[in-house]
Amino acid sequence: MSARRPLPRWADILLLPAINLAMAFLISGLVVLMIGENPLYAVQVILYGAFGYGDGVGYTLYYATNFIFTGLAFAIAAHAGLFNIGGNGQAYVAGLGAILVALALDQTHWLITMPLAMIAAGVFGGIWGLIPGYLQAKRGSHVVITTIMFNFIAAALMVYMLNRVLKAPNTMAPESETLDIGGRVPQLREFIPFFGYSPVNLTIVVAIAFLVGAYILIWRTKLGYQLRTLGHNPVASRYAGMSNSKLIMIAMTLSGACAGMVAINEVLGVQNRLVLDFVADAGFVGIAVALIGRNHPIGIGLAAVLFGALYQGGQELQFVIPAVTREMIEVIQALIILFTGAMEGLFRPALERGFVLMSVEQKAEATARATVDSES
Amino acid sequence: MSADNEKQQRPDSAAARPGARSEWAIELEKINKSFGAVHANKDIDLKVRRGTIHGIVGENGAGKSTLMSILYGFYTADSGTIRVNGEPHAITDSRHALALGIGMVHQHFMLVDNMTVLDNVILGAEDSPFLNKTLSRARQQLIKLGEEYSLEVDPDALIENISVGQQQRVEILKALFRGADILILDEPTGVLTPAEADHLFRVLETLRAEGKTVILITHKLREIMAITDEVSVMRQGEMVETLQTKDTNPEQIAELMVGRRVLLQVEKQPATPGGVVLEVENLSVRDRLGVDRVKDVSFSVRAGEIVGIAGVAGNGQSELLEAISGISDPHSGSVRINGQTLDMRGDDGAARARRAGLAHVPEDRHRMGLVVTFEEWENSILGYETYPNYGKGAILDSAAAQAEAQKRIEMFDIRPANIKLKTANFSGGNQQKIVLAREMDRDLEVLVVGQPTRGVDIGAIEFIHKQIIKMRDAGKAVLLVSVELDEIRSLSDRILVMFDGKLVGEADPQTASERDLGMMMAGVEQAEAAE
Amino acid sequence: MDIDLILSMANATLRLATPLLLAALAGLYSERSGIFDIGLEGKMLASAFAAATVAAVTGNVWLGLLVGVIVSILTTMLQGFASITLKGNQMIAGVAVTMLAAGMTTFLGQTWFSQGGRTPQLRGDSRLQQIDLPFADQLAGVPILGPIYSEVLSGHYILVYVAFLAVPLTAYVLYRTRFGLRLRAVGENPKAVDTAGISVTMQRYQAIFITGILAGLSGAYFSIAQGAGFGNEMTAGKGYVALAALIFSKWRPVPVMFTCLLFGFLDALQIRMQNVDLPIVGQVPVQAVQALPYILTVVLLAGFIGKAVGPRAGGVPYVKER
Repeated sequence: MSARRPLPRWADILLLPAINLAMAFLISGLVVLMIGENPLYAVQVILYGAFGYGDGVGYTLYYATNFIFTGLAFAIAAHAGLFNIGGNGQAYVAGLGAILVALALDQTHWLITMPLAMIAAGVFGGIWGLIPGYLQAKRGSHVVITTIMFNFIAAALMVYMLNRVLKAPNTMAPESETLDIGGRVPQLREFIPFFGYSPVNLTIVVAIAFLVGAYILIWRTKLGYQLRTLGHNPVASRYAGMSNSKLIMIAMTLSGACAGMVAINEVLGVQNRLVLDFVADAGFVGIAVALIGRNHPIGIGLAAVLFGALYQGGQELQFVIPAVTREMIEVIQALIILFTGAMEGLFRPALERGFVLMSVEQKAEATARATVDSES
Repeated sequence: MSADNEKQQRPDSAAARPGARSEWAIELEKINKSFGAVHANKDIDLKVRRGTIHGIVGENGAGKSTLMSILYGFYTADSGTIRVNGEPHAITDSRHALALGIGMVHQHFMLVDNMTVLDNVILGAEDSPFLNKTLSRARQQLIKLGEEYSLEVDPDALIENISVGQQQRVEILKALFRGADILILDEPTGVLTPAEADHLFRVLETLRAEGKTVILITHKLREIMAITDEVSVMRQGEMVETLQTKDTNPEQIAELMVGRRVLLQVEKQPATPGGVVLEVENLSVRDRLGVDRVKDVSFSVRAGEIVGIAGVAGNGQSELLEAISGISDPHSGSVRINGQTLDMRGDDGAARARRAGLAHVPEDRHRMGLVVTFEEWENSILGYETYPNYGKGAILDSAAAQAEAQKRIEMFDIRPANIKLKTANFSGGNQQKIVLAREMDRDLEVLVVGQPTRGVDIGAIEFIHKQIIKMRDAGKAVLLVSVELDEIRSLSDRILVMFDGKLVGEADPQTASERDLGMMMAGVEQAEAAE
Repeated sequence: MDIDLILSMANATLRLATPLLLAALAGLYSERSGIFDIGLEGKMLASAFAAATVAAVTGNVWLGLLVGVIVSILTTMLQGFASITLKGNQMIAGVAVTMLAAGMTTFLGQTWFSQGGRTPQLRGDSRLQQIDLPFADQLAGVPILGPIYSEVLSGHYILVYVAFLAVPLTAYVLYRTRFGLRLRAVGENPKAVDTAGISVTMQRYQAIFITGILAGLSGAYFSIAQGAGFGNEMTAGKGYVALAALIFSKWRPVPVMFTCLLFGFLDALQIRMQNVDLPIVGQVPVQAVQALPYILTVVLLAGFIGKAVGPRAGGVPYVKER
């Protein structure tokens, strides 16, 4: 291994993700080209659809709201060294908590309903994260596998609940009763006509608050310090006297609760009832969002808007260029996960070498590193 | 004997050694190897004479293992030439080295735990895509080799069920089965009892008698003097000198290893012990596999004294340290600090031990004592992060933590003096100082220190030893665990010897001879008498 | 209980267990080599789509099967390149590959055939035929064994027989061959393999090559055997059930077969039980039966019934140099 050293911070958090993003878009563009459409025109359509007019912006933000929650959910667990792939299931089950509270209180006022529904959704989502967390902490079951299993168990559970327990009496569809006005979160369009008919609602404010909260939690609290210690070196955290099992359970609960907020946006903010599959794979988008956002709230916020724009723009795309369906967005998302998450090693080494060649002043630091003892 | 041996060698490996009559089995010229910015081997020259036992000594981190891994094809050298039996070879992988007749017994055994001895022996040396024939051939040969070199093992035992000494035999058998006639052993005695080590040396002598070449990597001078014909000394990635063992002495080698005369005796006043602070009573620790690692250990440490625990690595010292400091839940027994029994249940016992006044410098700073990806100041609060000094509530007062880290950097002369630098970027000695500063710079009753100077440069060793004595003189109870007998002898006021999980004896460092200690460390009462 | 019901349930169990078995064996090769594979679903989807597309366009089912397997291998190699050569996160690679396959299949399906992501209906030679075993009709009259042979064992697609033959073959390969020895070793302690002069990278690529073939057969089963064409997300999470089965059987070939039969039986039961009133308990929600494989796997993983410990080096990229 010839001269290589860690990238400067800015390159690590900006340049590398940018290159990986560009690769994902480039390949997606080639796919579009392959089916005989113009990728540049497609980009134009996506951009217009996402940001070109009020409704579009509203939809973009509505999607982004979900992705902030699921992105943070993934990131919180990731900081503790856990790979929570169960955001989908956690958000889905949280819908139960949200709808139960909202149905009970929909004759009151949203100021009462919303916070209580948030707590209920948080509890339900949190428990759905806590169980795999408990199994990892106390029984040693791999959290990746259990959260996958819990996604499927959640799906079966929710189908059952919607068909047998919560189904509204006057409908054939597997969905709950519709919420009255006191159970609905106010839409932003009620205050800002710019948003047209789009469903972006007050939950986005909660999402932004969660971004700030997550930053404080991870980097400014003692709990955050402990979670990061666990994530970086579980032997050191045990040596330090932290209870690893407790921390794993806390991280998974917080992660699940965070994913659960998707239910507020969807159930109380948009659908006004509980429907099948309302999460629509937001949990998996959250993985992409967290990866590209480098598990940092600022990055997650930006990446969530990017994905919101892709989702909204994708709808527009399907409308304007029928040959390019919205599944194209799923392809882009998969490529982003692939390049930023699993194939990071593709460009990093070259970039690292490049930086070594470029920099003279960094030689001093490199020499300092040379004194690092090597236990051969 | 050697004719028999010729027959066992696989024809392809014998054919691959055309220059088998060269005087030198191995010739290395100007070997260089870097890992990132670390220059592990610098222009190394080395010649190993055929049919001899050649020792390579050096401190931890001197580059011995790296050099041998290059010879074995596990790493590839950045530059330099390798000649085997006089012929130059670019050894690109271990397969190539094996074909040239080079075998290696790594310090950490390269065995698959849940496979049998036989499976491990044939792995990579199978005759055909189907195993039946290889297995029966290997079984016969294993029995034969076992008798020939007294290396008997049960071919059908699972690796995870046999002792470390047996596992080492499997490693040697692996090399012999492949027809190795140059055998490299990397720190082979680190995990062995003295009796097992003596047995190993007899095996090596047999190998030499049959014309095989043995390269022995070690940092123990006793072994060099006892068994080698020639010895090469390495220091900080460079080859210092190669000597005839009979023409040299341990003092000369030690001097070459460290670059100047070793300071064996540390300046210190006689101890003035006070009352008992740390009491360990009937402590036993059972590991996950159900093996008792610590067996009914009882002792106490008084204020103002250093109690050293001596022993060959792997005799339960690590487990003892972890149990006392609350990291692992002991199977039975108790630990008291100033009469208060520590509550060890759960996985956060270390926090309660700390609160009771126990500070712990762990044996392995990389694995346990530090989060190397954290900034320096973050490691300066590890284990103490919930203390009110760093904020009263849930919020971490990083300003306070950073101010304190800055103060410690000056106090302990940690370099570079940059609290925002990633911990991985500090040298071993400075990393150790970060841990020491964190654990010592506070109100404590007991200081528990494991391997304080492992992988630490000479300058830092002196500093660290002085700090430990300073703690004692300040009236703290100090428990020191080290596999370096010299360190134990020069620092301790009282020595306890640990063997096979038990405390087997106590000695006064002033009066006890190295020989007496060595006998105790070997557990002479239990094992069949050495020699 | 009705004899015919039992026989038809047994038949359905074999049919439904087949894709699980092929996929679980696929996962076995990969995971035994130390590459955790949560991307089985993706490979199956890719193969199902490719097989159905080629079969529909050429009218040749065998060509479809071949291309399905090739596409599955390519998908596996992409995942392998990320996990083995680039030493990336194996979990993320699996998620990405699955998502990529789900998106690409629907996207290309819609673009090429404009049938809402479905491929054209397969008929005649463009779909696999069920095979009657020799003398099935003649032996049908033999008491007990006759009906079992003719009603349960005979009359399946060739992939069913391939899947069940793959079990003893895998067991033999794993425990009796050089390849199997090295495979087991590389998943437990890759360093031991490396120092024995064997390339860890090559060994792992060889293993996942087989994974690609088997996952390809499993995926193709959905679209050119069991179904007559590809539909959106047609593997319906079966790749994850297969993963569950693999864990449930502790990464061993013969138990994998029995677990897949159990899960296949649960699937058959769940179809049969829709709206059926059972004595005493009344209607059992189908969802409970659907969720059972996942719940059982979680319970096993939690160590309440035995303990599932995977290959020790699994999930960790092999890094030789420091």
